Amino acid sequence: MFTILANNWSTLLSGLGYTLMASLIALVGSLVIGTLFALMEISAHRWVAVIGRVYVEVVRNIPLLVITMAFYVIVPTYFVQIDGFTAGTIGLTIYTSAFIAETVRAGIESVAVGQMEGARSVGMTYTQAMVQIIFPQAIKIVIPPLGNQFINLVKNSSILAFVAGFDLMYQGKIIANTTFNTFDTYLAVGLLYLILTMPLSYFMRHLEKKWNVA
Amino acid sequence: MKKRLLPLMVAALCGMLLLVAGCGKSIADQDVLQHAKKTNTIVWGVKADTRLFGLMNTKSGQIEGFDIDMAKALTKEILGPKGKAQLVQVTSDTRVPMLKGGNIDAIIATMTITPDRQKVLNFSQPYFNAGQSLLVKKGSRIHSVKDLKKGDKVIGVQGSTSVDNIQKAAPQATVLQLSDYAQAFTALKSGQGLAVTTDNGILYGMSEQDHRFVVVGGTFTKEPYGIAINKGQTAMTKRVDQAINTLRRNGTYEKLINKWFGSVPGFDIKEVE
Amino acid sequence: MQNFIDAYSQVNLNYLLQGLWVTLEVSVTSIFFSFIIGTLLGVARYVKVRFFSAFVGFIIDLIRNLPLLLILFFTYFALPNIGVRLPVIPASIVAMTVFESAMLAEIVRSGINAVPTGQMEAARSNGLTYTQAMLYIILPQAFKAMIPPIVSQFISLVKDTSLATIILLPELTYHAQIIYGQNINYMIPMFVALAVLYFIVNYALSVASRALNRRLSSGIR
Repeated sequence: MFTILANNWSTLLSGLGYTLMASLIALVGSLVIGTLFALMEISAHRWVAVIGRVYVEVVRNIPLLVITMAFYVIVPTYFVQIDGFTAGTIGLTIYTSAFIAETVRAGIESVAVGQMEGARSVGMTYTQAMVQIIFPQAIKIVIPPLGNQFINLVKNSSILAFVAGFDLMYQGKIIANTTFNTFDTYLAVGLLYLILTMPLSYFMRHLEKKWNVA
Repeated sequence: MKKRLLPLMVAALCGMLLLVAGCGKSIADQDVLQHAKKTNTIVWGVKADTRLFGLMNTKSGQIEGFDIDMAKALTKEILGPKGKAQLVQVTSDTRVPMLKGGNIDAIIATMTITPDRQKVLNFSQPYFNAGQSLLVKKGSRIHSVKDLKKGDKVIGVQGSTSVDNIQKAAPQATVLQLSDYAQAFTALKSGQGLAVTTDNGILYGMSEQDHRFVVVGGTFTKEPYGIAINKGQTAMTKRVDQAINTLRRNGTYEKLINKWFGSVPGFDIKEVE
Repeated sequence: MQNFIDAYSQVNLNYLLQGLWVTLEVSVTSIFFSFIIGTLLGVARYVKVRFFSAFVGFIIDLIRNLPLLLILFFTYFALPNIGVRLPVIPASIVAMTVFESAMLAEIVRSGINAVPTGQMEAARSNGLTYTQAMLYIILPQAFKAMIPPIVSQFISLVKDTSLATIILLPELTYHAQIIYGQNINYMIPMFVALAVLYFIVNYALSVASRALNRRLSSGIR
């Protein structure tokens, strides 16, 4: 395993870079889109809420691979040229946004309804109440599950291997194919993924415990 | 008292491990020829994504192509007329691990004989002489390998020799590696790259399927296809070689070549035999 | 429109349904095994038997933090090197089961954690053994709270079977790819079909879970 790591260090490292980049871009993107759809879901306008709900339900129930492949082959054929990395990152963003929308919605709803009424009754607008009263409280509830979503994102970014996205899994496959040493290669790739995800996952558990006590 | 659960848990885990380990008889180390004779079956790794060589017919659910017919003819030759050929789908990047792991007995899947591969695998004599070429959209500015400039994207398939070859022939181009030929051709059609590169035989198959794409520039490598068998399986390798000779002698080989490649425009049968 | 009519020919639809069947076969088998193994592992982690629980916990964490794709590769391509050789369907089931068991174990553990400790004490003081108390008192209560996360894990499992296309499991997504690989005009119709079929299966699962949840929670009152 260590010979594989040593001989292919630069390749694996660049793969790790792409994996991390795709995960970070998708995290930011899906946070924005996810929060947007969460707000739509709890909107007082019926049809806005319905659109939010439909988006979340549909995206959540379709495999990431199907969404990603659609962006890789359909979008370039009929619309605009995008490469594998872009298609993979967009797929990841859309897929994850549905889960984030669910998390954020649950977070906001868990902040008591009275809070919003109270804020409105002292003369705040809906937006002010949301931003100044509800969000700060919701964030604490939402952070641990969001952390887990990020871990999922890192793992799910291996989808880029399907669309030549140059990520860790793609490079690992190529190394396995050229060295014929599948066992050690996949052990090495696994180790690199764990280096990314394990600390994060223990940190999240720590955070969860700390905030539960508080 | 808590510990009462422990034996239960340990037993369950051990059971799981045994179950997994029990499935793993090391077949890769047995004599493949003898095992095949005993079961009256040869398990062939074949392509299911490559027109003319091995392609899944969605109508019948059967795989069809030159490699498939060869596999069937060789099986009959080796095991007698009652011998069964079991076909297992492989792609360029799955075939070697599957052979090494003993999931299949032999690979007949557009596989080029190369010195690197000969280090880890046995090969039969060549049964088809292909050469690498390029498939592009009609009217493309790419007419041969020389036209590939810096930043041009060429699509290849993981685990195939064509990826190494194109990196040597056109080092300035970017190579995108997909997992099989169906994906590669779809990617070319969606404009993910300017060309698909692989052996001419496979490319002719793609061009036949969709006439908007053409093979250009002739071949820039020689790719003799061989049947791959695990290292150390000398008896099986010899037997396969003999069987290929017989098929060449009795005319079966020529009949199969004509059946699959006779009507392909621009294909010179003399070149591949 | 003509593309859609051609794409959904009898032949192609049959081929897609064959794929759907394999998807369901692999999903259901993996759900069955991972439910049992996941529960055992979750309890094993919860009971805090010295070293053993810590060890189980560590293995669970390892698996949970790896991409399923890697576990699939490993099961199919790397394990044969050490003598474990599985055909594609069993290999997919084993890989899915290993991964999902670890995910479920975490759900089970936190589910048990949520049951008040008083319950265990009360059961024990009534003369139940630890195992009895676990089986009859704690686990049933824990499972009720666990239904939503478990079902969403099962939905993930159904979706994740699509990843096994990479080891050529002849399931739904793979069959769709073969169809549109042979005729590019079928691309959009195939993706629509994929979206609809996966949605139906998974939405049915989540509707069933909601109904089950409602029935169980109304049962208490």
